[in-house]
Amino acid sequence: MAVAAANDCLNGIDRGTVDGLYFATTTSPYKEKLGATIVAMAADLRQDIITADFAHSLKAGTSALRAAIDAVKAGSAKKVMVAAADCRLGIPGSALEQNFADGAGALLIGDKDVAVTVEASYSVYNEILDVWRADGDTFVRSWEDRFSSTHGYLDSVSEAVSGLMRKTNLSPKDFAKVVFYSPDARRYVELARQLGFDDKTQLQDALFAVLGNTGTAFPLMLLIAALEEAKAGDRILLASYGNGSDAFVLKVTEQVEKIRNRRGVKGHLASKKVITDYRKYLIWRGLLPQETIPGPIRFLSAPAVWREREANLRLHGVKCQVCGTIQFPPQRVCTKCHTKDQFEPYRLSDKKAKILTFAMDYVTPAPESPIVTTTIDFEGGGRMECYMTDLEVGQVKPGLPVEMSFRKIIVKDGAHNYFWKSIPIRT
Amino acid sequence: MQGIKDRVAIVGMGCTKFGELWDKNFKDLMVDACYEAFEDAGIEPKDIQAAWYGSRESGFTGSHLANALKLEYIPITRVENFCAGGTDTFRNACYGVAAGICDIALACGVEKCKDHFGGFTMDITDPFDRSMVEWELPPVSQFAQLANGYFNRYGLSYEQGKKTLAKIAVKNHHNGTMSPKAHFQREITLEQAINAPMISYPLGLFDACGMSDGGAAAIITTPEIAKSMRKDYVLVKALALANGGGQGKLRSDYDFSYIPETEEAGKLAYKEAGIKKPRQEIDIAVVHDCFTIAELLIYEDLGFSPRGKGPEDVEAGTFELTGELPVNTDGGLKCFGHPLSASGLRMIYEVYKQLQGKAGPRQVKKADIGLVHNVGGVCGYFNCAVAIFGRT
Repeated sequence: MAVAAANDCLNGIDRGTVDGLYFATTTSPYKEKLGATIVAMAADLRQDIITADFAHSLKAGTSALRAAIDAVKAGSAKKVMVAAADCRLGIPGSALEQNFADGAGALLIGDKDVAVTVEASYSVYNEILDVWRADGDTFVRSWEDRFSSTHGYLDSVSEAVSGLMRKTNLSPKDFAKVVFYSPDARRYVELARQLGFDDKTQLQDALFAVLGNTGTAFPLMLLIAALEEAKAGDRILLASYGNGSDAFVLKVTEQVEKIRNRRGVKGHLASKKVITDYRKYLIWRGLLPQETIPGPIRFLSAPAVWREREANLRLHGVKCQVCGTIQFPPQRVCTKCHTKDQFEPYRLSDKKAKILTFAMDYVTPAPESPIVTTTIDFEGGGRMECYMTDLEVGQVKPGLPVEMSFRKIIVKDGAHNYFWKSIPIRT
Repeated sequence: MQGIKDRVAIVGMGCTKFGELWDKNFKDLMVDACYEAFEDAGIEPKDIQAAWYGSRESGFTGSHLANALKLEYIPITRVENFCAGGTDTFRNACYGVAAGICDIALACGVEKCKDHFGGFTMDITDPFDRSMVEWELPPVSQFAQLANGYFNRYGLSYEQGKKTLAKIAVKNHHNGTMSPKAHFQREITLEQAINAPMISYPLGLFDACGMSDGGAAAIITTPEIAKSMRKDYVLVKALALANGGGQGKLRSDYDFSYIPETEEAGKLAYKEAGIKKPRQEIDIAVVHDCFTIAELLIYEDLGFSPRGKGPEDVEAGTFELTGELPVNTDGGLKCFGHPLSASGLRMIYEVYKQLQGKAGPRQVKKADIGLVHNVGGVCGYFNCAVAIFGRT
């Protein structure tokens, strides 16, 4: 998800100009091993950039945002990407489970030609046990809502916002929009009223009806949703929550028109699919055991994964410098003109493709049946064989336009193996 | 370049019953297949001067064959070439004899598939990597891609394509009823085949061959020695092998409506055997019908039917036992199942018996020239072996 958000954000941006990637999440696949590097590779960013994970708090997304802003302000980087994603679990049947959603948001912080100016920021921290998940826990825990919202959420965000207002000498009427993280569908309205904002006209809808609480990604996603409606000159207040709060004053510039070609929140919500089978949801979450075939256990070779990182993560094929044939995965000898070792890297992750042929396996045990495999031909050249996902069985046919999506293929021995699948083009 | 035509002969063959042989291990299958071949040739194990052993997942060294048969310190090479391994094992043994290195050679292919869950180990090194990102599914999805590629190229609806494929399954099951060594020996109906549960769209249960255990063996010698041993020896006319380099996976000019490796192996074999019009000159063909779509493509790739006209020939009964060019007279992989490296030698066994006139109720009237075909691998990355045999 972080990769999908990052690549959406990078649409039209020269990836070579990005100097950093901060990844924020409370649900990284690893406790020890960086997640940011996976995102940086799949977003096809340079190797000589700063990467870091921001974790352990739902305000990690905005903490990463502050760090990126500070880095750009300090001049240590010209452009830093912040990508936040979460997929938190509530106990099946609980209110938290109903409330939670998976999602990701990405923002590119730069030093010029920006769509949004960051005018000020203010942070507070709050040591409180209101929402937590201990090492080894699968599900998020929380104390009773009355306590958590009063002395956690409402206290912290009010303090951060008030502090920011004092610091900037601004008052509620100076803002076209306020974007608040919210633990549920009601609290942020209460918060807005308490702070003197008009929840009818100024408050960004927290999208609980169509999305849900996406954790660290939530404030970023709501900001993106607000920017989709914003116009030049609008001043926006953004505040997160998670053991404290980070608050920002933002101002929309004329350049906002130039970032309209992103799918953003609106575009992705438009392509949302509803899972009607709760059993399927539980299987995907790894909460229901699944049928497996006994047999020899294959191993994941760390050297092979490392060797193939350009192909598997960046989705780089090669283009023959002699005959121009694009080939995936990268080859040593050209399949067409047989020239040896004269290739340049060629990114396929952002190219559209069409299904040439496919198969749909109804027998092999899998979380989703049938398992669809496709051979696809990319616009501009290159062929690839890959799984297909996010599909309706009836739509799979030769000629169907597809795009690439970065997915987890297998988890083995605690290693998470990612690769690309084809998906029908999102509208 | 001399070629293999008429330079080696088969003087003995053996073939086990194919099926779920829970009570036999792979060495039992070696003993059963080879001793039938020794008896057929009228020789003793000690007469074997060199051997080639084909296996994909049943033993990694030629020594297993020596252990099973108690061969005393002779050279034995293990051959692996995926589904074409059996025919390739035979090919290597023939080359040993033709080179004059040995006079009597043994080729044996055995596979004990049913010790694996379902019969097919998924522990296959992927064509390109070990990083486990390529899809890892049973072979049916590879061939389903070919079926969808073929249907798409020739504008066949699911119903039309499915009916053609079902007819191939019905034909092979019919032939299988006359094969005492086949795994499956019962008729099926067109409706059964069409309506069977879907395995990988568009291929259903009866589009797939079974998985079984089995083994087969051949004794190879020079034509001169063969003459002294028996009258009805069978001559090798051609041995072709074409290994694809994944061109179809890398290049956009391949459309999954044919198998170029089969086409190339066929051309090589026809050239070596001196065959100009395969449909007219070949009397029987035993081909690699691991899935019904594979047999349909083979008709066209081997030049039995013009491109896109395979379904018309299926409709006309061209490849039935009584047709113009009977294909898979023993029921094929459809009825024998597919113990990988044993299959090629099992196919040669059928051609050998047909050419000798010893095929019982499924005997084809005129059987002077017979063809064997194996194809293995994944879509766009196959290998293919074609062998041609004659009586004189």
